[in-house]
Amino acid sequence: MRRVASGVTLAALVLLPFFGSNYALDVANRCGIAVIGVLGLNILTGFTGLISLGNAAFMAIGGFSAAFLITKAGVNGFAAIPAAGAIAALLGMIVGVPSLRLKGLYLAMATLAAHFIVEFTVVKWESVTGGVSGMSVPAPALFGVVLDNDRKLFGLVLLLALAALLFARNLFRARPGRALIAVRDHETAAAVMGIDVFRAKISAFGLSAFFVGVAGALAAIQSRIISPESYPLSLAIDALSMVIIGGMGSVAGSVLGAVGLTLLPEGLRAATNALSGQWPDLISKLSILKELVFSILIIVFLIFEPHGLAALWRRAVRKRHATTQQQPEGGGK
Amino acid sequence: MDFTFLLQLLINGLVVGSIYALVATGFVIIHKSTGALNLAQGEFLMVGAYVCLYAMTTFRLPFAAAFPLTLAFTALLGVLIERVVLRPLLGSPVISVIMVTLGLAGLLRSGLQFFFGTDTRAFPELFPSAPVMLGVVPVSQGYIWSVAGVTVLLTALGLFFRYSRAGLALRATASNQQTALSMGISVKRMFALSWCIAAVVSAIGGVLLGAIRGGIDMSLGHMGLKVLPVVILGGLDSVPGAIVGGLFIGVVENLTGGYLDPLLGGGVKEVVPYIVLVLILMVRPSGLFGRKKVDRV
Repeated sequence: MRRVASGVTLAALVLLPFFGSNYALDVANRCGIAVIGVLGLNILTGFTGLISLGNAAFMAIGGFSAAFLITKAGVNGFAAIPAAGAIAALLGMIVGVPSLRLKGLYLAMATLAAHFIVEFTVVKWESVTGGVSGMSVPAPALFGVVLDNDRKLFGLVLLLALAALLFARNLFRARPGRALIAVRDHETAAAVMGIDVFRAKISAFGLSAFFVGVAGALAAIQSRIISPESYPLSLAIDALSMVIIGGMGSVAGSVLGAVGLTLLPEGLRAATNALSGQWPDLISKLSILKELVFSILIIVFLIFEPHGLAALWRRAVRKRHATTQQQPEGGGK
Repeated sequence: MDFTFLLQLLINGLVVGSIYALVATGFVIIHKSTGALNLAQGEFLMVGAYVCLYAMTTFRLPFAAAFPLTLAFTALLGVLIERVVLRPLLGSPVISVIMVTLGLAGLLRSGLQFFFGTDTRAFPELFPSAPVMLGVVPVSQGYIWSVAGVTVLLTALGLFFRYSRAGLALRATASNQQTALSMGISVKRMFALSWCIAAVVSAIGGVLLGAIRGGIDMSLGHMGLKVLPVVILGGLDSVPGAIVGGLFIGVVENLTGGYLDPLLGGGVKEVVPYIVLVLILMVRPSGLFGRKKVDRV
């Protein structure tokens, strides 16, 4: 049953570029990119227990690295994406070094500082980043295939999102991923069991920044033009919202949170358009409305369901399972 | 010429710094007694400024009536937020508490935007606009009033903590919750009280800032993030630290902004406090006056 469901979903996604509208593909790309980024943040915050307010900074590092590599270093667009991820990973590990001494709110502050320092650097380092005016990002091209619109880009985004998903799922079934969870749950106990806490934390930062950097590079390629203003602090907070609402420490939750909260503003847009007859000023307040809804969702989820959509999902599945088992004769298959 | 410029920067720094100190005090009070990190402190400031503005412009109340009304409103808001949002999360991981205050910040900010719009609103003139000569440097009267107001307020808070029953109970809660409980102090009520004080103190900061600037907009909320370097510098659980840190960050920000902005083309003021933050975290995470109990590994 589950296999059928995932097969159908996958088939629908593969076929999307052939029948989806431009708008649908734009949204689908943003969903896929969000999945990659949120998985990255969840590896760090959800699975390893290290809060980061620096997510937007790593998106920026990924985006500007890709842009620089493609336009100024002449690197092929396809190669620039993992390279941007690698640069972000390297810087992520540097930012992660203080995390060995700092926990909780101190780490939140350190990563917040990292956000502002990266923002300042991006604005000032004009020779590389183009300063306040930003840069344009050319479409990646290989063997005559140019991914210059959302329809063509979707295949790449889908592929990378699936790869990220598979990697994350298997990571937490294997020793290195388990080590991160152990560090989150009890650091001393983890160390006693022979886990190198230093290595675990640094690799969590590096891995997380790699995912986020790749997401940043893809987002830059999708939007074609980037500037320091493309990466406000609210972007980092949105990403944290996706992690929390999806489910901290859950791979499936990352997908639910990323897709759900990327679709939500689109739903709001449709709703405000529909209601614009009665309340004409509603459309202009869309971004405010979005923030309002996100904020309320964060608070409500933290109070009532701290494990997010993933827990709701699991419970719903279990409930259905239980009811089908209770009445084996009546229900039928 | 050069000297007056320096003096001007110092005075600006001290004035802004005194408001940082005020907001940071609210932050420290919450952290000290409840252990929560309130990232919505800047939004409390905005609420104060906007409510006061609303009372003065829409209800046409004089400042003497609008101001107490603002304080009452924010006091209520502080208690309400503690009761509804923070209390259910008692005992949750630090990440949850930080995130819920971020959610709160977003809720307050978007709520204000929804209600008041995003344009800059002119703030009624509270102080005479003619500057006073302080030696060779002209200083606006708003600055003087604001520094005086902050000084009075911080002194009052100090006296409250030292001599009043509630203040003592609050300090007892901060020092040891178990013992405070066994002495018959309602710790829950103390949590509510600390949120209430923090909200009120920030609201006053917001009104002062609105009066100094002459206009308010959503950028007021940035003060809430600027407070983080202040409290890290001063020590997360030290009220005197918040005051010293506030003045220091205010002055450093203005001096570096004044002297380095022309060289680097602006923006220095915004980033310097965070560089200070990183340095402090690396060298002395407990800050200048904080207790040396940092979650170290």
